[in-house]
Formats: sequence, structure tokens, C-alpha cells
Amino acid sequence: MEEREIALDVKDLKISYRCLKAYSIRKSLLQFKKSKVEIFEAVRGVTFQVPKGEILGIVGKNGSGKSTMLRAIAGIFSPDSGTIDLYGNSVSLLSIGVGFQKKLSGRENILLSGMLLGFSEEQIREKMDEIIEFAGLGKFIDMPVKTYSSGMHSKLAFSITAVLESDIMLIDEVLSVGDAKFKKKSYRKMKELISDKERTVVIVSHNSDTLRKLCTSLMWLHDGKVRMIGDTEEVLHAYEEFMS
Amino acid sequence: MRFVKDIKKYWTYAIYSAKAELKSEVASSYLNWLWWILDPLLFMLVYTFIAEIVFRRSEPYFPVFVLIGLTMWNFFDKIILGSVKIVKNNHAIVSKVYVPKFILIMQKMMVNGFKMLISFGLIALMMAAFRVPPTYKIVYIVPLLIVLLIVTFAIGNLMLHFGVFVEDLFNVMKVVLKLAFYMTGIFFSIENRVPAPYNELLLKLNPIAFLIDSGRECMLYGTTPDFRLLLAWGVGGVLLSAVALKVVYKYENSYVKVI
Repeated sequence: MEEREIALDVKDLKISYRCLKAYSIRKSLLQFKKSKVEIFEAVRGVTFQVPKGEILGIVGKNGSGKSTMLRAIAGIFSPDSGTIDLYGNSVSLLSIGVGFQKKLSGRENILLSGMLLGFSEEQIREKMDEIIEFAGLGKFIDMPVKTYSSGMHSKLAFSITAVLESDIMLIDEVLSVGDAKFKKKSYRKMKELISDKERTVVIVSHNSDTLRKLCTSLMWLHDGKVRMIGDTEEVLHAYEEFMS
Repeated sequence: MRFVKDIKKYWTYAIYSAKAELKSEVASSYLNWLWWILDPLLFMLVYTFIAEIVFRRSEPYFPVFVLIGLTMWNFFDKIILGSVKIVKNNHAIVSKVYVPKFILIMQKMMVNGFKMLISFGLIALMMAAFRVPPTYKIVYIVPLLIVLLIVTFAIGNLMLHFGVFVEDLFNVMKVVLKLAFYMTGIFFSIENRVPAPYNELLLKLNPIAFLIDSGRECMLYGTTPDFRLLLAWGVGGVLLSAVALKVVYKYENSYVKVI
């Protein structure tokens, strides 16, 4: 295989939810027995590399640690052990929304979300019209986000992260956002983003068709471990056999 | 240092977000920005009534005396109580993108700091109306407010951290802050109304009581604050901030796992 520049390097990543249950003074006064410390290991030692420009798909049944891992790569979760190296690339998690301030208008939320993703005010203002046009919310863009329907909410969220591009994009089941028309539009946008040779993409999806069409390689996560990684067709075949 | 780097990176976000929050507050109420003036003014009347009519206790320029106390206390109180639930309230953001958690507190301090400034404008008007003789010592309010910011930031960060892990900290803090309110002497003078050894102790050990008392002294009565104590609290606040930031930085990525 030819040597290629690595964009994302994950080594022996372990993430567990443990003894982090919120503690209540009332409860600890009322019951003397110590509450059991539950350990749940979501990701148990995952190692992989994604070369620059590659599109890696991740499959696995619910609760196999896919979303947890994406969040760790995006820097929201801290790994319990192991390392994640982004080689200085900017990263954004394209899940359902960057998180909006409900009292503020869509326009203001675009600016705030963009700033949180690490863009400067000028960069965002430049792309503002494109985002607004892509979201297609009409006059709702100047109304508080709390007045939005859930579909409008996700449309705006998708548009922000899709138009404000970062080097590495982590996509968590967003290809089914909005109505049929928006779905088509977002799918086209996804393809366009993905076809950029400079961009590295990690997609989590349950949709075999999407994965087959978009991904250059596929990883199958099972109970927090890599079960298989390699050619899209091969892995998908094995996965579908396993699930049926 | 990571703190400085993060401030540089997220400063514009904090400012923009604070501005947007203030704007939305104005847009969403009938009397909108008038509330920023009415709120301290009405509470000033309430406490003046209680102290002067019910308890028959007063100080020179009493309404202004109360207003200075209220203005500084409200800032502290809102930040501390807000910090306890700040991660939970910003769940939508915190679980989707990385943001240094202290930035959330800074944003809140900007919002409330702006309201505090408006309130100080009101104090200036009241001082003119009550014909308080102006002295140059009024400028000492600036270092006093800076120390107030530092101390509030430090305690706010600690509350942010423990607020995530201790579920009912909010209820506890409501009681603690009520107690602190009475131990800070918002509508009475600690020095004149609290019996002997305790008044000195309160003014030395309760930073907010000390800052408010010094603020009144320099603005209304033309006295110089105790700079040694001020410096001590300033340094103490910086050290406490450093400790709190260290703790928050260490654990901030596990906050999302709890909420």
C-alpha cells in the first residue's frame, strides 16, 4: 500500500462511564449504604488510523460505542486511556445540532455556533447567506429558535456544520434530516463535501446504501471493540450476515 | 498557559453571546430594559422600608447605602447561584462542541456586569439627588470592583464543578447565599449593628461584606479602603481561581458523562 498522510490517529482508546453518577446530599444522608459504583465500558481499546481524504464508515448495533467515540474525537469526552491525534486538523461533529440558545434568533445562533466551532466573525458573516439559503427557513431565521419545529431545528443545525467546513468531519446519523426535499439537498451537499480530496470524514450510519455509496473503508464496532475493519463491501457483507 | 490561550480563542464568543442574551432579554419583556433600573430601585425601597420603618435603624444617605450594597451583592449572588447549574443549563452546547467551561461563567459575568454598571449609573444619580459631597476617593471603587470580579470568578468556577456532581447543591446554595446575604449587611451597617468581636471578624473574613463596606465608605463617606486587606483578598482570589480552573480543566470533559 502506498504511504499516505494520516489525518486521524486513534490508539487504544478506552472510554467508560463510571462512578460519575451525580451525588446527592439528601440521598447520602438518608441512606447509609454506599451506592454501588457501576462501570460501563463504552469503548474498550479501539485502534485505527484514517489517511487524509479518506471516508471511513462505522457500523455496529445500538450501544456499541459509536457515538461515544465520535464525541471523544471531537474533544467533548475525555478518553480514560489511549490517545487521539488529530495532527492539528480542525474537527467538527455534524450531529443533530451544535446546540442552540433557544431565546435567540436563528441568525444569532449561526454566529454563536460558528464561533464555537472556531471560526472568526468575518468568516461566518461571509458564509451567513449561504447557510441561511441552505437551511431554507424563510422568515423564521429571524425568530427565536424556541419557535422552531424539530425539523427546522435540525435543518438549521445541519446547514451550519455543513457550510462551515472543517478538515475532519464527524457525521453521526444526520443524513435523514428534514423533509424529502431537504434530505435530497443535504445528501448532495454531503457528497460534495466528501468528494473534496483534502477532507477526512468519519460517518456513523445504519444505512447500508449510504455507506456503500460514500465510504472508502468501513469499520465494524461490536461491544466497544473493533470486530472488523477494511474494504466496505467485505465488512458490510459480514455485518449484514451477523445482524440477520 | 492554556487559560490565556482559551480566553483569546473564545473571548469574542463570550462577548457576542453576552450581547445577544442582553438583547433577547430586552426584546422579551414589556418594560424591557427598564427592569434593569427598576429592579434595584424597587428592592432598594423594600429594604429601606424594612430598616427605617420597621427596625428604625438608619445610616447617613441610607437609600444610597442600600443601593450600593444591593448592586454589588446581586452581581455576586446571580453568578454564584447561576454557576451551580450552568453546565446543565448549557447542556445543548456542552454536549455537542468543546467549550472551556469557565467561558460560560465569563459570559454570565459580562451579562450581570453590564447590569451592575447600569446600577452604578443609578447610584451616581442618587448620590447627586442626596447631595453626597463628592471626593476623589470615589475612584477606589475601581480596584474594589476588580477584586469583586476575581473572587466571584473563583467561587463561581468551584460551584460549576461541584454543581455537576452534587445533585442538590442548588438547594443548599440557596440557603447558604441567603445566610451570606444577612452576613454581608445589605440593609444595615455591620460595623454599627453587629456586636463587637463579630463585626470586625465579618468584615475581615467575608470578602463580599468587606468589599461592599469599603465601597460605601469610599463613595459616600470619603474614606480610604484598607488596601492591605484588599490586596490580600485580590491575591487570595487569584490563587483560588487558579485552583478552581485546574480542577475544572481536569474534569470538564467528564461533565457530559454525568448530565
